[in-house]
Amino acid sequence: MTYTLWIVITGCLVGLTCGVTGSLLVLRKMSMIADAISHTVLLGIVGAFFVTQSLNGVPMLIGAAIVGLLTAFFVETLHRSGVQSDAAIGVVFTSLFALGVVLIAFIGDQVHLDVQHALMGEIAFVPWNTLQIGGVSLGPVAVWMLGGVLFVNLLLIAIFYKEIKLSTFDPQYALLIGVPVVFIHYLLMIMVSLSTVASFDSVGAILVVAMLIVPGSTAYLLTDKFFTMLWMSGAIGILSALIGYGSAVYFNVSIAGSMASSTGILFILAFLFSPRHGLVFKRLRTT
Amino acid sequence: MHALHVSDLTVSYDKKPVLEDVSFSIPNGSITGIIGPNGAGKSTLIKSILRLIPSITGEVKVYGEPYAQQKKLIGYVPQRSEVDWDFPTNALDVVLMGRYRHIGIFKRAKKAEITWARECLQKVGMLGYAERQISQLSGGQQQRVFLARALAQDAMVYFMDEPFSGVDAATERAIIQLMKNWKQEGKTVIVVHHDLQTVEDYFDHVLLLNKQLVDFGETPKVFTLENLEKTYGGKIAFLQKTPSTEKEHHAHGHLAFESE
Ligand SMILES: Nc1ncnc2c1ncn2[C@@H]1O[C@H](COP(=O)(O)OP(=O)(O)O)[C@@H](O)[C@H]1O
Ligand SMILES: [Mg+2]
Repeated sequence: MTYTLWIVITGCLVGLTCGVTGSLLVLRKMSMIADAISHTVLLGIVGAFFVTQSLNGVPMLIGAAIVGLLTAFFVETLHRSGVQSDAAIGVVFTSLFALGVVLIAFIGDQVHLDVQHALMGEIAFVPWNTLQIGGVSLGPVAVWMLGGVLFVNLLLIAIFYKEIKLSTFDPQYALLIGVPVVFIHYLLMIMVSLSTVASFDSVGAILVVAMLIVPGSTAYLLTDKFFTMLWMSGAIGILSALIGYGSAVYFNVSIAGSMASSTGILFILAFLFSPRHGLVFKRLRTT
Repeated sequence: MHALHVSDLTVSYDKKPVLEDVSFSIPNGSITGIIGPNGAGKSTLIKSILRLIPSITGEVKVYGEPYAQQKKLIGYVPQRSEVDWDFPTNALDVVLMGRYRHIGIFKRAKKAEITWARECLQKVGMLGYAERQISQLSGGQQQRVFLARALAQDAMVYFMDEPFSGVDAATERAIIQLMKNWKQEGKTVIVVHHDLQTVEDYFDHVLLLNKQLVDFGETPKVFTLENLEKTYGGKIAFLQKTPSTEKEHHAHGHLAFESE
């Protein structure tokens, strides 16, 4: 398969995985935690490298899941002991991220892992890092990782669909009728961490936040149904990837950057023209 | 037999005590009003009974057994302001949430559950709004959806937090009707309430609360001027006649309390 096609597939998988997973964060009003986790997973990746001495996919995912959970746990603990939740997030993520940055220095030149790369990603390099089994190339590692994470996330959402929905809408009632609310919370944190790590190579820690939050926020303006919101976020993620890739080639700019910009443009369009929540129609209705 | 038995319940937020040593026993098949000024800890009392917030000390028994074993018998109608009504879902879906425990984990709602949820909507006069997005409902309609969800749950002891606040007269009547039906079915209803004028009409038992339990018992015995002054700290303004201090019926219609 060609180089271009792999990039497009990777971009679409990032958009789909982050879009669906992130829409849950949007509904739970936890967008800031996406920002936090997207930075702290760096520590997970570095940690995984120290343990396994390689930048292999599965240990990286495990490392990220652990650090993602820790992030959520520390934030929760600080918040419970009286720190404002935005301050708690700020303290936890900068500390863990800083630790990651320091530890990267010890890895040095052994592998290609630097802060610049972690922050910005480079989707154009993705096709070169392929999964080799018995000398046969099976396509880019990123595609396998994203596909795997997408599968796991969709499976978890399918299994706990009702429980996720209720604990998002009315957590106290959920607790009352025996829904494992805390478990669902940390499950979602794992899903966000996995999505982030799988998207790291392609879009980096900063733009992955856009891919997580913006499609969900856009879908929120366009639908009044929970299920529709989930798939629509994924679809908007894919659409952003396609538009982003097209315009990146056309204008000769960063692919990841223009993917993230596309999510922003789609959001603004929805913000203005959404039939029910859009600014324009609201104006028309009130005048 | 007591439907609910609470002993020595103490709760604090960030070390600031909000409830101190609250104990009472509510008889089966009664309708109890929890009355007290703003910030008295009424919501906190309900939530700590339901284990939604932790308590420092205290024991809760439902029909003589520890709360944890009796959770299935508990229904709850939260304060309407506690949830996000912009959440993308419709009225029927919210009512179905009352059936999640019956449906079980992993499984989807079957036809029978959906039919049951629709019946509950009908009982509160909301069947016509089943597919309506919840943000498009009025305050009273939203409250009815919550009621239908509690109905769907099919509980024995119902807790409601200020169900009458911000609702229209028709909804208020619907809530009263529902409470009376529950009582007739031998169920127990516990309601946080702030409108003193209607207390004697709605509740056969009253629990007066202000951080501590002021008094609990049958309405005519407990809902007295003296007790109310204790509860509200003298902020009561009597425009005309007092409640149970006067034997005359319907004398309670002119009682108000001044909030700060
Ligand atoms: N989550 C919370 N954190 C800290 N203090 C709280 C919290 N919820 C309520 N309080 C305080 O506890 C007291 C009792 O509140 P509440 O039970 O809501 O009173 P009521 O329902 O009677 O109006 C109030 O002083 C309130 O400010
Ligand atoms: Mg209250």
